[in-house]
Amino acid sequence: MSTNTVAVMLRETKQDGPSPAMRVKHFVGDYGILIIFAIVLAFLSIAAPNFLTLDNLVNVVRQSSIIGIIALGMTFIMITAGIDLSVGSVVGLAGMVFAILAPSSGNALWIPLVAGLGVGLLVGFLSAALVVWGRVLPFLATLATMAVARTAALVLTDGQVVSGLSGPAEWLGSGFIGPIPVPVILFIVAALLCDFVLSRTKFGSHVYAIGGNEESSKKVGISVNRVLFTVYLIGGGLAAMGGLVLTARLDGAAPTAGLTYELQVIAAVVIGGTSLFGGVGTIRGTVIGVLLLGVVMNGMNLLGVSSYYQQGVQGLILALAVLLNRWKSD
Amino acid sequence: MTDGPSATTPLVALNNIQKTFGAVTALRGVSIDVLPGETFALLGDNAAGKSTLMKVLTGVYQPDHGTIRMEGDAVSFPTPAVSRTAGIEMVYQDFALADNLDVRTNIFLGREPQKNIIGPLVRVIDKKKMERETNRVLERLDIPINPRLKVKRLSGGQRQAVAIGRALAFDAKLIIMDEPTANLSVAKVDKLIEVTQKLKDLGIAVIIITHRLDEAFAVADRCAVMRQGEVVGRFRMDEVTESEVAHLISQGSLDGYEAALDDAPPERRRIGSTSTPIKTDQVPTIGSDA
Repeated sequence: MSTNTVAVMLRETKQDGPSPAMRVKHFVGDYGILIIFAIVLAFLSIAAPNFLTLDNLVNVVRQSSIIGIIALGMTFIMITAGIDLSVGSVVGLAGMVFAILAPSSGNALWIPLVAGLGVGLLVGFLSAALVVWGRVLPFLATLATMAVARTAALVLTDGQVVSGLSGPAEWLGSGFIGPIPVPVILFIVAALLCDFVLSRTKFGSHVYAIGGNEESSKKVGISVNRVLFTVYLIGGGLAAMGGLVLTARLDGAAPTAGLTYELQVIAAVVIGGTSLFGGVGTIRGTVIGVLLLGVVMNGMNLLGVSSYYQQGVQGLILALAVLLNRWKSD
Repeated sequence: MTDGPSATTPLVALNNIQKTFGAVTALRGVSIDVLPGETFALLGDNAAGKSTLMKVLTGVYQPDHGTIRMEGDAVSFPTPAVSRTAGIEMVYQDFALADNLDVRTNIFLGREPQKNIIGPLVRVIDKKKMERETNRVLERLDIPINPRLKVKRLSGGQRQAVAIGRALAFDAKLIIMDEPTANLSVAKVDKLIEVTQKLKDLGIAVIIITHRLDEAFAVADRCAVMRQGEVVGRFRMDEVTESEVAHLISQGSLDGYEAALDDAPPERRRIGSTSTPIKTDQVPTIGSDA
């Protein structure tokens, strides 16, 4: 997948004839994270004998797929210069709704699926309403919805864990289609769809325009409010989907599930080159950011590095990525 | 045409436009008309009503009274989109561009051409068409810019070209330019002359909203002077001087103008603060266009 992505990116970034120094800068700026990714892959292939096996690689992607699915939605939001802190709480709430309604309680599978996704959309709608109608900063608006959604998850079961789903619901988390785990397929399909929407449609173009200059977007007649509502709905819906997959994988839901996911997700999106100030970012970049973090975690496990170091290493990669982006845009 | 506007049907005629906001009367019965292909300056101080009038013309505001005619037919512009469809385009003072996007995307922002893939339900932006049209439009302006260049890499003049190109891409008959040199790093009156001349050659009428008299005298065929929501004077640029217009902007009439001239020291007569003396050969006159 990574070589493919490199080829695609190489084709798409022809420069207009800058100086050799600028060329190097653009190259490192554009591919810095890919280069780091390649180095990490090369290092782990040599240092950890079990790393470069199909089983392990599939495992890495599967472990990354939940964060990945959520990060796709976050990419849309962050490109509009917004942010969504509520995604971790949505994972907990949607997963809880799913677990409560799951087929063990006698319903058909579509009911818990629709209810779980619906509750994510609802939280996304609330965030968007605060941002668009209430003119609240996205950081604060979603800090509020994050608290509300977490509370709802706790109140639903009075803080209790719900466990024991039936076969079809579990399949969402642990099933396979051919050799590929279902969460991985969901991640790939969602990523392809999001990439298509963001890079090729009118809506996607407007997402970038709003992040670049909201005032100008209004002047040229873009329905800014509608676009903003849509991105928060996408974010809430994909976060809920992440919650369903997590619940299905664990065969149960805890009201505290997804705690601090928002931080991992934001880190992955930023590592993938999306700017917190909006206007810049790609789904491909986000996928690379998610996989890079996943591979590093996996590699440290394989090498027997104490888990105490893992967050620190994540932080280092984040800092490096942000510095790269800053250097590129100077 | 030398006999004045009556010889041709105006492209746009605003007649007796009135607009109040609560207790504030912004426009007290304003009439102006713009001929096809002419460059028309709308002059006046801040709060004279220039912007309000243009917002009526672009469909942002609805007038309380008065009519708008285009090429002789009564029209109404309930929304900005209707005004744009009629061929009226606005070039904003800040150019209304998104720096993070490339030139072609900016030109078509909000009005992207689309094509179907997998039937009419799935539609994507037709980037090839955008690029083709961008090249065509910028060629018409004689300002070639790589359509794939990000706008943040462009100079002030190039940005303005993109903003004007945006209007051209949709077959504008009238382009309204709001303070066109306010966002150019150097006061590029020369460049503005070039661009407006090009638009004139293309047969496109231009309204320039400005408080810089040197600019107006350099590019416009005619002007209207607004003060406190009224038009206090309409002139062909060759029948009036900068200092007369300046007096009109501040006093509302030319009564006492001669007396003021006698009192004022010579350098104060020209009120366009940064103005340079206008060379007469730069002043286009009505009827002189080829």
